[in-house]
Amino acid sequence: MLASPAALRSHGLLGMNRRNVAYISRYNERRLYPLVDDKKLTKERAMLHGVATPTLRDVIDTQHGVRDLGECLGDLERFAIKPSRGAGGKGIMVIQERDGEQFLKASGQALTLGSLQRHCSNILAGLHSLAGAPDSVIIEDLIEADPYFESLSVEGVPDIRVIIFRGIPVMAMLRLSTHASDGKANLHQGAIGVGLDLASGRCIHAVQHSRRVHSHPDTGVDLNRIAIPDWQNLLTLAARCHDLTGLGYLGADIVVDRNRGPLMLELNARPGLAIQIANGKGLLPRLQWIEAQEDIPDSAEARAGMAMAEFGEKIRT
Amino acid sequence: MRHQPLFFLAVSALIIIGVSMMWLRHDRLGIPLLPENNTPVWLVEARIDFVALGDETLASLSLPDDPPGYRIISEQAASPGYGFSRVTESTGHRGEWSKREATGPQTLYYKVQFAPGRNGAPRASGNTEAPSEPQRIIWEEPQATAAADLLETAQRRSSTPASLTRELIKAVQSPNDQNAALLLDQHSPQQLVVRLLNQSGVPARLAMGLKLEDARRNQRLQPLVDVYFEDSWHLYDLERGGQQGITPNTLVWHRTSGPVLDVMGGQNSQVRFSMMRQSIPALDLAQSQTSADQPLGYISLYQLPIEEQGMLKLLLLLPLGALVVAFMRIVIGIRTSGTFMPVLIALAFIQTTLLPGLTAFLTIVGLGLLLRGYLSRLNLLLVARIAAMIVLVVLLTGLLSVFGHEMGINLGMTITFFPMIIIAWTIERMSVIWEEQGAREVAIQGGGSLIVAIAAYGLMQLATVRHLTFNFPEVHLIILALILLVGQYTGYKLSELYRFRSMVERD
Repeated sequence: MLASPAALRSHGLLGMNRRNVAYISRYNERRLYPLVDDKKLTKERAMLHGVATPTLRDVIDTQHGVRDLGECLGDLERFAIKPSRGAGGKGIMVIQERDGEQFLKASGQALTLGSLQRHCSNILAGLHSLAGAPDSVIIEDLIEADPYFESLSVEGVPDIRVIIFRGIPVMAMLRLSTHASDGKANLHQGAIGVGLDLASGRCIHAVQHSRRVHSHPDTGVDLNRIAIPDWQNLLTLAARCHDLTGLGYLGADIVVDRNRGPLMLELNARPGLAIQIANGKGLLPRLQWIEAQEDIPDSAEARAGMAMAEFGEKIRT
Repeated sequence: MRHQPLFFLAVSALIIIGVSMMWLRHDRLGIPLLPENNTPVWLVEARIDFVALGDETLASLSLPDDPPGYRIISEQAASPGYGFSRVTESTGHRGEWSKREATGPQTLYYKVQFAPGRNGAPRASGNTEAPSEPQRIIWEEPQATAAADLLETAQRRSSTPASLTRELIKAVQSPNDQNAALLLDQHSPQQLVVRLLNQSGVPARLAMGLKLEDARRNQRLQPLVDVYFEDSWHLYDLERGGQQGITPNTLVWHRTSGPVLDVMGGQNSQVRFSMMRQSIPALDLAQSQTSADQPLGYISLYQLPIEEQGMLKLLLLLPLGALVVAFMRIVIGIRTSGTFMPVLIALAFIQTTLLPGLTAFLTIVGLGLLLRGYLSRLNLLLVARIAAMIVLVVLLTGLLSVFGHEMGINLGMTITFFPMIIIAWTIERMSVIWEEQGAREVAIQGGGSLIVAIAAYGLMQLATVRHLTFNFPEVHLIILALILLVGQYTGYKLSELYRFRSMVERD
């Protein structure tokens, strides 16, 4: 069954070609890409602009540095190993726990130090980076999920993807991993996407594998009752992400830490379109409204306020 | 879209220029717009290379003389500074190039055009020329015993020279015959049959034939066995087993007892052949252009040596493949692994034909993925792992060739057309996708690549398409315009109509 192009257009759905031509290539300057494609750089800029991110523990730049991985880690219990310039969430390894010599992944799979080292050396050789360019490894603290978020999913920390256009948050979704998605938050791997009301942070619609769902298949949580605490702060953090990169069309992944509140996990200059399925709404009307605005306020708070006023659910059912 | 008017102006300019140039060339030069069903004409180019020693030089090449099944339409020798003459000796026609003084590498060309001669049997001349006495054959031990043995067995089973020839060919080709195996150590099968025939008193000699295939370069002559009985010479192609005659696409080039190529005053001489199919109007054109300087002639590809024309024929198909990839990815939304890998696969398919190519490709990638599984346990650095993968892919190719040959499938040669390094990278990418995103993603991207490759192949192998891209190079301006247009497409992809279907279904 195919949808007719006219029907999609009437829903204001943004297609990939249009996103690439009309938004990404027009509003995102090529020279700014490294700021989001290289997580090391993103973190440096984030610190400059007062955007909180997970604590960086270590950076490995050379193959011989991999040998000292054991010392680097020390007795760090919970951490994530990431390629600095990984593409599409590739190559991220999350260690939840240590059991003697063994490192346990979120799924419970046990790994040796040797396989962590192999992973690092693959990252350095550029296996996960765009075009296979040499890369560096970053090791950062694992997020201590806020108890509210912890109750929502089984493995991995739920994160919130916000699309930001010209500094104004446009659409948001909460991504819940499932057993089917192996703790990963990618919708096409079976994670749940929960569309969020920009005014309140409440759930308006939720999907798994593009089909509407009302409860989490693993935990049974009623998805319709989800409401993100401290929503305004989170949206302000998202709006600030525009300032640290200068990119016009941007995706920010935000998590809420138990101790530190909302943290920016990573940025994406080519954010995907699945957020529209999660929200049951197209991006185009909102993007076009923003394109028509002459003055965009300088302060992130004001821009977040604009989004809450303009893009909130006006009719509650 | 600020540059929209300019953009459309440029695109329409490209299309208008392309179409009008095509029309002009069609109208003024009479190049047909569609490939015609005329009898194809083969243009064969012999290229002689040698290193001259600094003295008087004379190169003499045996020329085809009334080859069975073909007739010569025209011939031409091109070689700067050399005098050329066509001489007819008792041993047949030869072309002779001579120069008073020559040093260093020399290249001589001889071009000849053949049309399939449907009208009747090959003429008698040359074919009935009675042979001198059969050659005297001297063997050394232990070959002498083996030869005598082999001959005796064959003679026992035969009554006439024709049946003797058949039996000898069978014996030489039989894999279990130890006598034959011993003798084949030092002689090619064709040589061996000729020697044995002469030994038994039947005059025989080696003839040389050329397998005609479109756009081939660097080909050598293939030996054929020529036997004299019943007052004329008879050809045997060992590829056909003991059956008399030659395959229809074989052009008999050399059918006398002398050498094919004889160079005096030079060394390291060799002769190589390039060939190409043409339709007759194109041929007329090629001839008229060499003399007259037509206004549109300067963009013609016909003046190039055939060797380069053959290469260009393939190269000129690439833009079309690129267009197919752009269309499939942007408008249809098929995901492929490696953006333009499908074009390279399609190009390989053109050389191998689809089914054998597809089999070979799937086998290699499948086996490669298995091996990659073991490699990943070795903890290698990425570059080393891919280097190792390349070695394994090459080895696999060799192995499959041997295996295919044993089983009588000519798979081996076809695999060598695939770009090895691309295959190694494909395997690596696929296996990473497999580890991280599961087999389903591998199937989607691998299948997508193959679908795009097959679509590109389907288009590229059409006779009309090949005709247009080669005879009307300006067609590429139109292709370029189409690619630019596809690049501006901002509508939904076909795959998105499926992906977002749930959003519409709700109402």
